Order: sequence, then C-alpha cells, then structure tokens
Amino acid sequence: MVNLGVKIHDLDFKNPVMLASGTCGFGEEIADFMDLSRLGGMVVKGTTLKHREGNAYPRMAETPSGMLNAVGLQNKGVDNFIANIYPRIKDIDTHIIVNVNGSTIEDYVALTELLNELDKIPAIELNISCPNVKEGGMAFGISCPSAEAVVKAVRKVYSKTLIVKLSPNVTNIADIARAVESQGADSVSLINTLLGMAVNAETRKPVLSTITGGLSGPAIKPIALRMVWQVYNAVKIPVMGMGGIMNATDAIEFMIAGASTVQIGTAIFIDPTIPVQIVDGLALYMERHKIQSVSELIGSLQC
Amino acid sequence: MKKTVIDLLLLENKQLNKDNFLLKLQSPVPVSDIFPGQFVNVEIKDAQEIFLRRPFSVLDVDYQNQTISLLVKILGRGSKKLTEAKPGVTISTILPLGKSFTLPEKDDQILLIGGGSGVAPMLFLAKLCGLDPENVHVLIGARSITDHIDIEEYKPFGKFYFTTEDGSLGEKGYVTNHPVFTNNLNKFTKIYTCGPDLMMKAIGRIALDKQIFCEVSLENMMACGFGVCLCCVEDTKDGHKCVCTDGPVFNVNDLKW
Repeated sequence: MVNLGVKIHDLDFKNPVMLASGTCGFGEEIADFMDLSRLGGMVVKGTTLKHREGNAYPRMAETPSGMLNAVGLQNKGVDNFIANIYPRIKDIDTHIIVNVNGSTIEDYVALTELLNELDKIPAIELNISCPNVKEGGMAFGISCPSAEAVVKAVRKVYSKTLIVKLSPNVTNIADIARAVESQGADSVSLINTLLGMAVNAETRKPVLSTITGGLSGPAIKPIALRMVWQVYNAVKIPVMGMGGIMNATDAIEFMIAGASTVQIGTAIFIDPTIPVQIVDGLALYMERHKIQSVSELIGSLQC
Repeated sequence: MKKTVIDLLLLENKQLNKDNFLLKLQSPVPVSDIFPGQFVNVEIKDAQEIFLRRPFSVLDVDYQNQTISLLVKILGRGSKKLTEAKPGVTISTILPLGKSFTLPEKDDQILLIGGGSGVAPMLFLAKLCGLDPENVHVLIGARSITDHIDIEEYKPFGKFYFTTEDGSLGEKGYVTNHPVFTNNLNKFTKIYTCGPDLMMKAIGRIALDKQIFCEVSLENMMACGFGVCLCCVEDTKDGHKCVCTDGPVFNVNDLKW
C-alpha cells in the first residue's frame, strides 16, 4: 500500500485530493456521485458575512478548453451556513474547509471569528482573489500591503489552519505569497481564476452580465503550474495547487511542481466522479513508480 | 434514482427534420425514475472547443426496455456534433437532472404547449400523465411545417393542435393565437409549456392574469447541471434560483414575469 497522506500545517490529509471552492457546493449536491470521505478535503462554497444574491444572469461562457464564470459569491451568508448547512455536513469524514470572503477587513475578521468556533471546520481558505465582486475580493490579493493587512487581522482571531487563496491576476505571485506567509498564513492555495472576457460578435455585446469574468479549466493549467512552481520556490509554507486539473496526471504534475495538495474545480462540472478517479490514479502512479509516500512527489521537479 | 454519471449506448439516431434529431439511448441500469421535464447532461466527445456538457430535455423513456429518447435540435457546434454520432457508440450522460413537471390529478383538464424543440417534454408528459386523452390538449407551434416533428406515436394520448408562423400547418400565427388558447382558456385547470422564452412569457402572463396553474420549463445556460456552479440562475421572486436543480420547471407564480 502506498502512503497518500500529506500534512498541511498541523492538519493530516488522508490524501492530497481536495475539491475547490465554488465547484462542489457544500458537498451535499455531489454526494450522489461520490463517497466524499474518500477525499482529502473539500473547500465549500465562498461564504460572506451577509446573504449575497450574486451577479445577474448570464454568468457563464464556454471558452476553448475552459469557461468563464461571473457568479459573484452568491451565498446565503455565514449565519445560514452555521445554522443550516454545517449541522448537515459536519460529520462527513473529510476535512471541511470554508472559503471566506469580505468587502472589508472587518468583514473577514467577523466571519473568521464565527468560523473559529466550529469544531469540525479545521481550516479556512481566505479568499483574497475573487475576480467577480465589485468591492474587496481580488482587491486585497493584488497588492502586498493589502494582502498583508487582511491576513494579519485574520491571523489574530483565527487559531486553526489558515490557507490564503491567491490571485493569478498579479505581476508577481511569489511576492504576494511571501507577503501572506510573513503575516502567519499556514498555506497558500493557487490559482484562483484568471480575469477574462467573452464578446458576442453578432450582437457586439459582452456575453457575461458583468462584462469580465474568471477563466478556469485546462486553458489555464500551464499558467497555474508555472505559478505553483514559482510560489513553491518562494515560500516555506505548503502550497495547494489548482487550475485546470482534469485527471490524475494533471494532479501529479502539480505536485511535482510543488503542490502539497491539489484542488479539483471545473473538472467536477464535466464529471463529478473525477476527484475520486484522481485519488485512485495517484495511487496507481505511485505503485508504478515505486513511490512509497506521496510527499516524495512534492516539488520533485528535476530541472 | 440517484444522480449518476453513466455511459449510454446509442441505439438510433434519426433525423426528424432539418434541425431536429431523435437519439435513442440504451441504459445498462433501470431508468424508472425519470419524469417529464427532467433532463440529461450529455458529453460531446472529440469536438474542438466543446468543453462543457450539453443539456437535453427527455422526450421519452421506455422503462421496460431501459431506453431514453432525446430530441436534439442543432443550435450550435455541440448539438451539431451530437447529431453526427453513429449508432453503436457510447455517450456519457449525467442523469436524471432537474425537477419534473407536477403531474396532473385525475380531474384535471390540461393544456400542453410546446414550441420548437420544447415539444419534447410536452409529448412525454402527455404520454405519462395518465389522464383520459379527452382531457389532454397538446398545442404545438413551429415556424413552418418543415420544423414540426412527426408526433404520430403520441396521438393516442391527447388532442393535438398545430400552429405555424407561415400557415403551412394548422393555424397561421403563434400558439397564443390558436383558438384552443384564445377561446375559453379557463376550462383548463393546468397549463404546461416549454419552448422559446418569449412564447413561454406570453403564455405565462396570460395564465397569471387568468389565475390558471401554469408551469414553464426554462433553459438558462449552465455548466454543471447539478447545482454547484450557480451559473444558470433565474431571478425569481425568492431570489436567484438554479434552473438545473430548483427547475428547470417553475411555477409561473414564482417567476418575475
């Protein structure tokens, strides 16, 4: 038997395969398709302090090898999560991580304080990289001082594992990663979606109601791999890699480039059984390459 | 039936008219819980620049023989590619998705209105509703006679009426101009419709005005089909709802129409 276990900060993951926020709901929506307990973890839908309706329809455009979305953090707010959703999902045997969003530092702090009280939420993913909201979101993640400020404030009130989700829409992602590490982040996850756009040539109108949106899927994989590799080489904290992972080989490539865990996102839309297939594929790969522990793969790129 | 990702065998791919094809698919497992209004999300293989699955409403299910029929209208590259599939290939689907129409009760007089490929769930509902065919009225609209599909096998399940915009079949005009719609609409206790947005809105507003129960089937653009991407939302009186999981069937009372 190969050892698929990995450690992020003081959290042991049974395997490195996680579900990415915004692509798996709260797990319940996809429980028909897979046994969620087979996964290392799942990052549930982006949560805000107050209910958000999200952006107007249309929110999606298919693009070559990917898609644009402009959902805009539609969610019912943290109170609804705590009262209604958390009790239903808390006993799923996988690490349940909440993706935390705010328009102001005060929002992030207030939300984090509430989540800190939930026993079965061992970590949060601080989202400073959502490209689809007008206020906050990505604005915090595209400069070092603002990224530092939000992480510093959240770190003060959060005692568990703090993951910070980084935006690729920056000049140098390694600088941002170092900035959040300096303020006590335990891990960084990357990449969030790339800011993109789609135009309807017939109508001369934008396809998305918000004009721009976030690009995901295999189209962004080479960029994501490059950024994971850059960040891995820039920080000491573990990296969670994501961006267009569609199969076990993609996941292994991210780990070789430096990811300790991988998050599966847009692939779920195409086939929600892919995450479990990746767990199995990873084990087979390790057997084939006589790798005992998956941690041997992390950052094993031979240049 | 649990939602599942499943490969179906393409048994038959029949061109019904210029743009519409009937795909009959064999399931390896029982398909007993698929109802009118529900849809399947179909993978389009080996097609350049097609990344997402394409949703299609179910036209018919043969529960005994475990087959599912889809009406596929060519709307773009994805649907076009699917209509080129040859019998014998397997097609990956996710099913059953979405909520079905509310089945009528035995005393109901129902009017089913299908426009274009929206005729699919209407025919399925006519067949499955279990009412006396005298109480099932099916109104089908299309641009021209060449856009209508052959509904011979559904004729025993209801009374059929047709409209075409050019008058080549049935009444000339839109479905809302047909006498079955304009005369004594109040005799119907339930109206169901699927088709172009403008058609459904026109029908829905009249049903609202006359306070007749009316369900419509929406087809907003979606990525996943099972409620996680939140892309296909409809702005309802109760906020944004996913067409894929809260719908595609909505009571017109709940919409901002």
